[in-house]
Amino acid sequence: MSIVRALKCRECGQEYPIEPTHVCEFCFGPLEVVYDYERLEGRFTRELIESRPRTMWRYKELLPIDGEPSVGAQNGFTPLIRARNLEKVLGVSELYIKNDSVCYPTLSFKDRVVSVALSKAVEFGFKTVACASTGNLAGSVAANAAAAGLTSYVFIPHDLEQGKVVGAGVFGTKIVGIDGAYDDVNRLCSEIAGKYGWAFVNVNVRPFYAEGSKTYGYEIMEQLGWRAPKHVVVPMASGSLCTKIDKAIKEFVKLGLVEDAGTAVYGAQATGCSPISRSVKEGSDLIHPVKADTIAKSLAIGNPADGYYANRVIRESGGWAEDVSDAEVVDAIKLLAETEGIFTENAGGVTLGVTRKLIEQGRIPRDESIVVCITGNGLKTLEAVTDAVDRPCVIKPSIHEFDALVQAEGERCAA
Amino acid sequence: MKLRLYLTFNEDTVREPIIWKLGKQFDVVTNIRTAEVKDHMGLVGLEIEGADDVVERAVAWLGEQGVQVSPIEQNVLEG
Repeated sequence: MSIVRALKCRECGQEYPIEPTHVCEFCFGPLEVVYDYERLEGRFTRELIESRPRTMWRYKELLPIDGEPSVGAQNGFTPLIRARNLEKVLGVSELYIKNDSVCYPTLSFKDRVVSVALSKAVEFGFKTVACASTGNLAGSVAANAAAAGLTSYVFIPHDLEQGKVVGAGVFGTKIVGIDGAYDDVNRLCSEIAGKYGWAFVNVNVRPFYAEGSKTYGYEIMEQLGWRAPKHVVVPMASGSLCTKIDKAIKEFVKLGLVEDAGTAVYGAQATGCSPISRSVKEGSDLIHPVKADTIAKSLAIGNPADGYYANRVIRESGGWAEDVSDAEVVDAIKLLAETEGIFTENAGGVTLGVTRKLIEQGRIPRDESIVVCITGNGLKTLEAVTDAVDRPCVIKPSIHEFDALVQAEGERCAA
Repeated sequence: MKLRLYLTFNEDTVREPIIWKLGKQFDVVTNIRTAEVKDHMGLVGLEIEGADDVVERAVAWLGEQGVQVSPIEQNVLEG
């Protein structure tokens, strides 16, 4: 049962019918999906949700599709792990990792938003889908479109690393490299989206796309035993994930599925691209665009569309925002890998690095529940940690050489 | 063509009549749809309509004046 009411402008409140559109014609404000929650009263229960398959679609009543998902029906429901080793290192009592580095099928949380966007695109009758991306989004659109039998176009900067090109191209998508500065590439993609009658996932179907992020928040609460965390630390690129996790928590509270824990939302950015964290720290609600310069490329959005709204969520929830250097990002990637056996991409290093910083600053108390949002897989950004990982010890095929190595290692550890 | 853009003005440009100058120098129709101006920064949602090449030159000129020009979606190109 769909309880979607309309698309509503986040600025002026004007409502629009459910169509592939994303901007208010009156004030240019972004549109958001709104729901009639009253229609779910007494019907959307923990028992109903638990009876369903373990995918992100077990919360389908709170997603903006009319029927069953046609794209990405297996996606989501990634592990939430209690990070006991990391707790000891950070000196906190209750820490969890929500691990979307293993999200199906392309190992990032983008599979959530893309499956909602493409399922809605199919409902609208689109045959061709598209996106402009420098990484995770490209792979996710290409893979999910392939599985759904949709034609896809992916627009990339012409000099994108070969690994990322292959990561989308292998799915048979049509890849177009654009030679130009970031702003020019960005603007051209907006023009293409406006001119061609395709479902551009983060343009004309963006209101639906963004709603997919809420499932990340729903899963955290269900996996915590139907409880909202006290603190949640979220990586910020456009800022959308921050706002949607907050929306997910408010929806579950409204529907009586969890108690209101007064969850504080914290935003994490890399210092080399930190327009939102800067605005929070300066106490401003205006976002100054910046030129991105960081290894955390999946978060490198210098002019974040949802920055203003993320800033508001962070401040109103009692959270905070911070940023970390590239060196701190690499340290945090290694820390997570060595303590919990989770290899995250650079964005995850940003989130854990910021978590550590906020704990050390006393902004996050050490004795309350904390969830760290890990949204992508380290195998996609190997170059970030290549120089930070020990080289293998090379020996001849001789047991004596290995014995000597073990002895030396024992002496090193004892020293 | 008609473009929908966000113009971001910084501390140096926020007091300049740049949109007025744009209309004088280029044969385009400008239509301000939203605006927020503070001491150190300004944000304007603007429609620009005209011949394709004129609109493109007008957008390039805005950049040369120190104005950050982005599409109404701001960041189409994601990670």
